[in-house]
Amino acid sequence: MEALLLQVLNGLDKGGAYALIALGLTLVFGTLGVVNFAHGAIFMLGAFVTVSVQNVLTISMRVKDESITFFDAYKETPYLEVWWGDVGRAIIDYAVPISILVAIPVMLLIGLAMERGLVRHFYKREHADQILVTFGLAIVLQEIVKANFGANPIPVPAPELVAGSADVGAMFGLHGVVYPWWRLLYLLFSALIIGAVFAFLHFTTFGMVVRAGMHDRETVGLLGINIERRFTIVFGIAAVVAGLAGVMYTPILPPDYHMGMDFLVLSFVVVVVGGMGSLPGAVAAGFLLGILQSFASMNEVKTILPGIDQIIIYLVAVVILLVRPRGLMGKD
Amino acid sequence: MQTIIASTRTKDMALTALFAVIVVTAPIWGKLIGAGYPDLLQKFAIFGLFAIGYNILFGLTGYLSFGHAAFLGIGSYTTVWSFKLLTMNAIPAVFFSVLLAGIFAAAIGFLSLRRSGIYFSILTLAFAQMAYNLAYSVLTPITNGETGLRVLRDDPRVIDAALGIQSEGSPLGDFFGLTLTGYNGFYFCALMLILGFYVSLKIFRSPFGMKLVAIKANQTRMEYTGFNPRPYLLSAFVISGMYAGLAGSLMALVDPLAGAERMQWTASGEVVLMTILGGVGTLFGPILGAAIIKYFENIFSAFNEQVLHRIFEFLPDWLADIMVLLTNPFVGEGWHLTLGALFMVVIIFVPGGVIEGFRRLARWSTRFDAEAAERRKAEAEEKAKARAARQAADEGGAK
Repeated sequence: MEALLLQVLNGLDKGGAYALIALGLTLVFGTLGVVNFAHGAIFMLGAFVTVSVQNVLTISMRVKDESITFFDAYKETPYLEVWWGDVGRAIIDYAVPISILVAIPVMLLIGLAMERGLVRHFYKREHADQILVTFGLAIVLQEIVKANFGANPIPVPAPELVAGSADVGAMFGLHGVVYPWWRLLYLLFSALIIGAVFAFLHFTTFGMVVRAGMHDRETVGLLGINIERRFTIVFGIAAVVAGLAGVMYTPILPPDYHMGMDFLVLSFVVVVVGGMGSLPGAVAAGFLLGILQSFASMNEVKTILPGIDQIIIYLVAVVILLVRPRGLMGKD
Repeated sequence: MQTIIASTRTKDMALTALFAVIVVTAPIWGKLIGAGYPDLLQKFAIFGLFAIGYNILFGLTGYLSFGHAAFLGIGSYTTVWSFKLLTMNAIPAVFFSVLLAGIFAAAIGFLSLRRSGIYFSILTLAFAQMAYNLAYSVLTPITNGETGLRVLRDDPRVIDAALGIQSEGSPLGDFFGLTLTGYNGFYFCALMLILGFYVSLKIFRSPFGMKLVAIKANQTRMEYTGFNPRPYLLSAFVISGMYAGLAGSLMALVDPLAGAERMQWTASGEVVLMTILGGVGTLFGPILGAAIIKYFENIFSAFNEQVLHRIFEFLPDWLADIMVLLTNPFVGEGWHLTLGALFMVVIIFVPGGVIEGFRRLARWSTRFDAEAAERRKAEAEEKAKARAARQAADEGGAK
């Protein structure tokens, strides 16, 4: 029982990341009809916004280390700490939450620039061309990041307050289910963002127009609504969602330049399993595949079917595509 | 009709002969561009083969597969196993590699080709990722996981043992006594490349090839004319998978080592890139693309700041510094950045690749010539008219 709960939790937070990335992918595909292979790179850029914020916050000066009296020793101390003492230290500690605030405008700008500069010219081209050009863009983006931040993963700690683990089991009257706070927060956060996106699409006029545009773009255009501009903004929103997923993921997985590619393939599988263009499908498939994957990596399962944890997601995708071509919730 | 076929047949033979001459003389002209050594030339041939095969699927039918690296890996592993168990001779290695890659391609293709478009791409990607992940984890007894599979001295090698062939030193691939290293290795790859090119040419010209093009042009219409596209698609998929297997086998032949990283999906992306860069659906394009990419990879990744400084020596110092600063991120470690950028530029501006670029250039220059001639003619006429008018006016004045 404890093991089961633990695996469900594991799956849910991994699924949260899949769902967020897949949500953006589906949003872009549903509105613009563009297959965006650079979406994983956006996720990666979000993670590196966090790294940049942390780097900026910890710009340091050399101060004399008073604890060593035998000789003159120096240590690096961040300016923030020198200026504001404990408050500065707290700010540095909260680098990840601060990055969320920074990432929203930054990712929005990146998204808008991408749509205006590149993706816009590919609406009328074949899917193959879209895939290839965004694949090229993804390579360029990740190489730029590699050139600036190096090839090694860069650890970014979570705030100390939530760095520990929570005794989740106690809430359900079980023993020994301990789970990192940050991962629980991630789950909460992804649920929040998914909720926000759905609320935005369903309860605002803007969202209504976008949904109408997804359904029948031409008619909406004929009604005199500038649908293109709204879709540009949708692309920006998708970039923000993926970027935030990346920001929040940094304490779980130290970001490196190719994390985007690793997540991209999985997210595409998630999108396809959910049904191309179906938002609820993407979210459901994200969580579902996350949970399946974490169950498949249990030792009990692995002894029966060795290697299943490595291929389960792809296997599910193959089966779904072959028996239900439109995915779980896709429209025919 | 008869004459047309006959003439294309002679033309095809001439084309193949020309190609063979270019390939065989590669060590000579390679020297001129600084590529005259077997390691790089082998890569040209191997990736050329890979791209030719990929082009038969993607170029002719338009089905974008993202999983061909898996067949490359299967080819490599099979070759190394053939070296380990049977013999160091290249023939059985190549034979079994192509066969096994073909079998896998038939299975994966049979399932993947039930869908088209983006779904097909994702399916092939899923299968390739499965193969890659398995090669790294559970299949370690077969693939030797991260270390990579290599040939050892005390492997059984049944056939070699029966024939009493003993290899001295570390075992290397051979072709009836010819050790496949250095230029021997290149010429073996070159032979395969010429064969591969000829087969691809034949496919392009055959009714089978026409049907593949028909699938790309309009699949529904093809079905209405009474053809079922599936068998043709599957054949194309298997053939291109076999080419990939052959390429993988050659890789392991010239360097008896097989690792899982060559099965990763980015490796599949690379072959797509080569095909597109050269020219999708053209005969020579994919080979050209493969050669360009491998050539520049080799040249560019060897550059560093000192080399750049030497290149820009002729400029004034401040300008040279700026040029070095601008180009430095694109060379050496940053070669992939150049590759990605190049890829984007090609897709955005010349989707037909280098071949298309040549064609446009040719068309543009002939049009330019024609325009210039027309302009000259018009000017001459204008002058003649003006002269006539002046003459008329003069005559009028005289009267």
